[in-house]
Amino acid sequence: MTTPAPVETLDLSTLLPGFVTTDTRPGYSGWVVDKNHLVEFASKLRDEFGYDLLTSVTGVDYLPDDKMEVVYHAFKTTGGPVLNYKVQVPRQDPIEVPSLVSVYPGVELQEREIWDLFGIIFTGHPDLRRILMWEGFEGHPLRKDWKEAYFEEESKPFKSRWPDGKIVQAENNNKFSDNIAYPAGFDPEKWIPEGEDALYGSLAKYEYTSQDGIKNDHIVVNLGPQHPSTHGVFRVSAVLDGEIIANLKPVMGYLHRNHEKIGERNTFLQNMPYTDRLDYLSSLSNNFGYALTVEKLMNIEVPERAEYIRVIMAELTRITNHCMALGALFNDLGTFFTPLIYLLEERELILDIFEAVTGSRMMCNYFRFGGVARDFPEGILEKIKGLVFERLPKKIDEIDRFMSDNEIIRSRGIGQGILTAEDAIRFSATGPLLRASGVPYDVRRADPYSIYDRFDFDIVVRQNGDIYDRYMVRLEEMRQSVRIIQQAIKGLPVGEFQTGKPQYQVRVPAGESYGRVESPKGELAFYVISTGKPSPWRYHVRAPSFINLTPYGHMCVGQKIADIVAILGSIDIVLGEVDR
Amino acid sequence: MYGKGILKGLGVTLKRYIDTYIDDIRWMGKRYYKSEGIAHRSSKDARGIFTIQYPEEKVPVPEEFRFIPFLVYDDGENGEHILRCTSCGICPKVCPPQCIWITRTTNPATGRPIPDPAEFYIDADICMNCGLCAEYCPFDAIKMDHDYELASFARNILNLQSLSKSASYYEGIRPINATKENRARDAKLAARAAAGVKAE
Repeated sequence: MTTPAPVETLDLSTLLPGFVTTDTRPGYSGWVVDKNHLVEFASKLRDEFGYDLLTSVTGVDYLPDDKMEVVYHAFKTTGGPVLNYKVQVPRQDPIEVPSLVSVYPGVELQEREIWDLFGIIFTGHPDLRRILMWEGFEGHPLRKDWKEAYFEEESKPFKSRWPDGKIVQAENNNKFSDNIAYPAGFDPEKWIPEGEDALYGSLAKYEYTSQDGIKNDHIVVNLGPQHPSTHGVFRVSAVLDGEIIANLKPVMGYLHRNHEKIGERNTFLQNMPYTDRLDYLSSLSNNFGYALTVEKLMNIEVPERAEYIRVIMAELTRITNHCMALGALFNDLGTFFTPLIYLLEERELILDIFEAVTGSRMMCNYFRFGGVARDFPEGILEKIKGLVFERLPKKIDEIDRFMSDNEIIRSRGIGQGILTAEDAIRFSATGPLLRASGVPYDVRRADPYSIYDRFDFDIVVRQNGDIYDRYMVRLEEMRQSVRIIQQAIKGLPVGEFQTGKPQYQVRVPAGESYGRVESPKGELAFYVISTGKPSPWRYHVRAPSFINLTPYGHMCVGQKIADIVAILGSIDIVLGEVDR
Repeated sequence: MYGKGILKGLGVTLKRYIDTYIDDIRWMGKRYYKSEGIAHRSSKDARGIFTIQYPEEKVPVPEEFRFIPFLVYDDGENGEHILRCTSCGICPKVCPPQCIWITRTTNPATGRPIPDPAEFYIDADICMNCGLCAEYCPFDAIKMDHDYELASFARNILNLQSLSKSASYYEGIRPINATKENRARDAKLAARAAAGVKAE
């Protein structure tokens, strides 16, 4: 096998003349693709150049240039750096860009999100509906000229806070009584949600005639949004043929708070505590991803000690997340609560460490650009050592012993909810979901960041792509994380934990940056555009559990209705991140 | 044999049940309602029952624990409270949800600002306990509290009076940090005094 050519030598503008030009804006990289050749370009890139994993699609509104841009980030599953390409379109409605669903089905939910938040129409998309906002919503909230109901100023800090701060409660500032703007002539009392029709219409025909001429009905069953098995406010709309799932769509957005718009109002540092609230079960991984992205833009180094502290904390986070994920999966499979509580005990002990180091159990807010907020307090290293050298390996083995041969886990897990390797890549799945399908792709190895290249650990892969394999991948990953922490503790150097003086207002040069980490749920990436101002121009989160939901319907079709919950549990979603 | 798995599972939970009593006997009644017992139950050697009986028992909070900021004052010679805050405006600027409101005092005669807050509000319902204000305060004037029992029937809008807490309270909840900061402040004062002497 020949080694794939590094991205720098790949000169697409000469290889594919006519439809590609280099992005020459200062601080930017990648290619600008002609809109009419986008689908052809993407299929060439996938088939001839090996960029089979399109992880992220997002929009950017360049209001001053009167342009909209759609940015694609493609990778090879064999590893290597990013290849990004963009499509630019004039900012006059209707804004149209060809859909890439036919080439990469993994963009389906993401293109819907861009339509919802930017109002870019993807021609050829099979089911272009609003996804995060509600169907009657007016406007596209991530456009730069859209203002939220609580709008005060374009960017923080607000001038009304100091030096003449007279307290105003935010709800009194609201010009609408209910925090929403209705379109003209819209009456919520008389509204019949046509969005529901569109949703059910997109699912399947309800009535069909079978081969022997008998008329049959399909039944639509809605699970959630208020349902304990959906791990939050998440809704599943399924069409059933008897007990078999004929088609299924995830419905989300109930926890949407327009995180990305808030991020564009915030200064760079102010976003750090907000990232905690994305995937609230693994806040330190989110911190890690955001810190890496902005550090890339600022071009600063992180001191050795800080790198080790970061790795220790991020891997502890992975263990806590998998404790929660597996515990919830066991619940979904029917082994009710006892294994979950056993796992939560270990999680609790790790959260104690987080509390002592960062000050908070879950909303850690610990990473800073160029290091971490504070050093390890005295005595915490002994606690971590006690956990990773003595307690955790034993406890993980114990869970393995209790659960891996459990009859319920095996019979409900093996062979259920299968996602093949090809499909997993096509649907842009990442993390344990992808690795359980037999693709050894882990950002820590494929595109190493921080100091992960120094540690000895295995990428956990299983071949069958079913629920049981996802469980086994997570269990084994906990062991690997323990291994990494053991090595990191042994190698932890003394020294500084932050470069330079702590600053609350950082200078970030203009440009774009895509930073990604292997979060416990998959590839977590941030796409940040700076214009040199204190706030980012664009702040996008590539949320792994949101994109991992793209193959959900595909995995469920043909399964029994009871597997909806089990398969969802095996994807491991957190609604704070799905809805953002 | 049918039912083997059930018996095995019951055995696992039974073991945990017995573990609790073994530890109870080993700790001779000190396992509950005593700080060392609580510490043991949240250590790596914890076995059996794990839960803390709140509110009779409370998990000890570590020094870095943060919950809602407060303002530190030093005691003056006549027992008056001297706030460390100079209303410099860094905390309202750094606050991510923008929940800090400060009115600066101005000298009515000259119209110049005086380094002392006339009003200081924190909307504790909006505060996200991130601790950035305490982290970036150059005067060690605003610090994060340890008191997490804030449940109330109305909105928690804290004003200058309810925010002010003494330096000795601060030293009580964060002894290590407070000593470090006091030492740094004393060193700075000493250096300034030395420089002043030289200048004369």
